[in-house]
Amino acid sequence: MLKITALFSGMLFSLGLIISGMVNPAKVIGFLDLAGMWDPSLALVMAGAIATATPFFVWAKRRKYTLLTQEKMSLPDSKIIDRPLITGSILFGMGWGLAGICPGPGLVALAMGAPKAFIFVAAMLLGMFIFNLLPKKP
Amino acid sequence: MQVDWLHFTPWSAIIGGALLGLASGLLALWAGKIAGISGILGGLLNASSDMAWRGFFIMGMLLTPLLWLTFKTPVDIQISASTPAIVLAGLLVGIGTRYGSGCTSGHGVCGLSRFSIRSLAAVTSFMGAGFVTVFLTQHLF
Repeated sequence: MLKITALFSGMLFSLGLIISGMVNPAKVIGFLDLAGMWDPSLALVMAGAIATATPFFVWAKRRKYTLLTQEKMSLPDSKIIDRPLITGSILFGMGWGLAGICPGPGLVALAMGAPKAFIFVAAMLLGMFIFNLLPKKP
Repeated sequence: MQVDWLHFTPWSAIIGGALLGLASGLLALWAGKIAGISGILGGLLNASSDMAWRGFFIMGMLLTPLLWLTFKTPVDIQISASTPAIVLAGLLVGIGTRYGSGCTSGHGVCGLSRFSIRSLAAVTSFMGAGFVTVFLTQHLF
């Protein structure tokens, strides 16, 4: 059941990225370019996503067990704002602004056959792999 | 600031966003998982015990574009950055999202939807860095 749920969610997520236009890095750059011709679309993507997801997360938080897989509900609840969170996010933001691609749209653009998306995803996976090799704090 | 009305697509943005929210919300409610793409991918590289659902989620993400191309016309994908810039961007996104425990989906969509203060700090950081980077690359260099 978990596998089917994950497959369905992945398909729906990908469809959302395609329809929203966020698969196109030029549109993402258009949103991040406050000093140029600013395209507010991405703000509405986030607004639409958060407005839709919020009732589900509120419902999920109230439940002891997941609705379909009947496992113990254990969504993250950390409130710690530490240096890795901020430093990592800033590094991610720099990469995001440089190419206009974040992980989800990168995968979708790759599946759509964009050669540069292939290069991006390969470099991103290498980056994640390098992170995994780094020593972890206990 | 000038608004680019020519490229502004409010309806597809809201509808596409709602689908992202639905996908994330259902995965959380049904399976208790966070639809954070960087976290899901990173877990796949870690040989962890929960590889299966991660693999199926990513398969789903790749399947939709293939179905889309089969039945609909291709969508615009304009990547203007040079190849070296793309490589650097990919490395930064890969390391940064793992170090910061999430990206636009995990911290952005899922985190803000469950009112996580930690995710709000992350979103503010990567949005800010994105704005600054685009200002530097588009207007200064």
